[in-house]
Amino acid sequence: MLELRPIFDAIGEFLNSILPEFWVTIVSAFGTGAIILGVASVFVLFFVWWERKVSAHMQQRYGPMRTGWHGWLQTIADGVKLLQKEDLIPRDADKLVYLFAPVVCFVAAFLAYVTIPFGEGLIVQDLNIGILYIIAITTFTVVSLLMAGWASHNKWSLLGGMRSAAQIISYEVPLSLSLIGVIMIAETLSMVSIVVQQEGWFWNWYVFRQPLGFIVYYIAATAEANRTPFDIPEAEQELVAGYNVEYSGMKWAMFFFAEYINMLTISAIAVTLFFGGWHAPAPFLDFIPSWIWFVGKCLLSVFVLMWFRWTYPRVRVDQLMAFAWKFMLPLAFVNIILTGFGIYLF
Amino acid sequence: MELGVFYILAAVIVVSGLLVVTLKNIFHSALMLILCLFGVAGIYILLHADFLAAVQVLLYVGGVTILMIFAIMVTHQLTGKKIKHYNEQPVPAGLIILSLLILLIVSITRTAFEVADKAEPMPTVAVIGRALMTDYVLPFEVVSVVLLVALIGAIVIARRD
Repeated sequence: MLELRPIFDAIGEFLNSILPEFWVTIVSAFGTGAIILGVASVFVLFFVWWERKVSAHMQQRYGPMRTGWHGWLQTIADGVKLLQKEDLIPRDADKLVYLFAPVVCFVAAFLAYVTIPFGEGLIVQDLNIGILYIIAITTFTVVSLLMAGWASHNKWSLLGGMRSAAQIISYEVPLSLSLIGVIMIAETLSMVSIVVQQEGWFWNWYVFRQPLGFIVYYIAATAEANRTPFDIPEAEQELVAGYNVEYSGMKWAMFFFAEYINMLTISAIAVTLFFGGWHAPAPFLDFIPSWIWFVGKCLLSVFVLMWFRWTYPRVRVDQLMAFAWKFMLPLAFVNIILTGFGIYLF
Repeated sequence: MELGVFYILAAVIVVSGLLVVTLKNIFHSALMLILCLFGVAGIYILLHADFLAAVQVLLYVGGVTILMIFAIMVTHQLTGKKIKHYNEQPVPAGLIILSLLILLIVSITRTAFEVADKAEPMPTVAVIGRALMTDYVLPFEVVSVVLLVALIGAIVIARRD
């Protein structure tokens, strides 16, 4: 009823009627890019406020209260403040690399949204290699963190950047392997096909056929996003703030932005692969538009990530690496072997 | 449009490739190498080899070059230093490069490149997987063993006891 797909179809038809094909491609590419950027930005503004509220209430505080109703304008006020900040570049910094690091981080965070289905038919491009594309393209985040850490010419940044990169590469392995179980069952890498296969009642969702895979994915993804209990790269008490110590103003905001975008990305992947994507948990709930289901599930997942952050203490560096290689990796392999047996037997 | 994209990608690859070997700062060279390999992934996409493109980015950008940057960062003598580009033997090196260039030009201009008229299989992943598990299972296993040996070798070298 309130599906968004017909609206986009109508816009597409209108464009086709007034413009030649080449320009339609250009306009629709930039248009979808702008829409994704806008929607994601609104989400990030909301997440920043929400995280402060969630953390505050978990610690029996109020959190931001002064700007707007329950402080809902707080993030916007902070954004305006950041815009006005002086943009400092350290004297010894490697200027060009220093300038490009936040850009690479920001773009890498957004590139994943090319192939995430927000609702029925609401996908920029349903790639054949869907999930593999997302895993591949998000590795640019590591590059940007290393660039930031190295270009700042500051030992804390360098250590933070290296810790970050080491952590992300280590957890990338169990993360990728944990998704193989789903791919084996679905027999496709396309995000849309994976969602379509989970149609119907909620027990068709892959989380009930891949519980182990889901647990490994969620833990590894938390580590990938550098969130507590795996926020070693930013351990304030040890490293001041990690790779972004020297950044100020909007450059710092871009890193911050990318971090929250990544939180939405890992939630969106979890929802798509394990929780039925845009499908309602029961067929009779289909009257609610698909995109509302998708966004609702994503928000729930983001809330769980925030819950983690304000509940668990941070793990130590050596524990972190041992956990990835000695526990998560074997678990991911066990999951693949079990899935193989499952497919063979049924 | 496809041709235009190809030329842009080719320009990116060639320029970044040249910068890899000419830049004095080895960290910058590594970053340019990332750009170069990313451009190659773009060429794969133009050729409809989407799986290969994703693997290229995943392995080379996410793996190989990151490890290179790691090595650069932890090596004290390298960070921030200007590296010498030349050794003392320009003449033999130049001769070898020249002969390689001639060989490449001759072989590229003389080869009649055949254009396959078959449509490329879509999606590519299933076809590649099947081929790796049936016709090419021996090379596949050999590569796996080689990687395992490399891993064990690295652990043996790195461990102190």
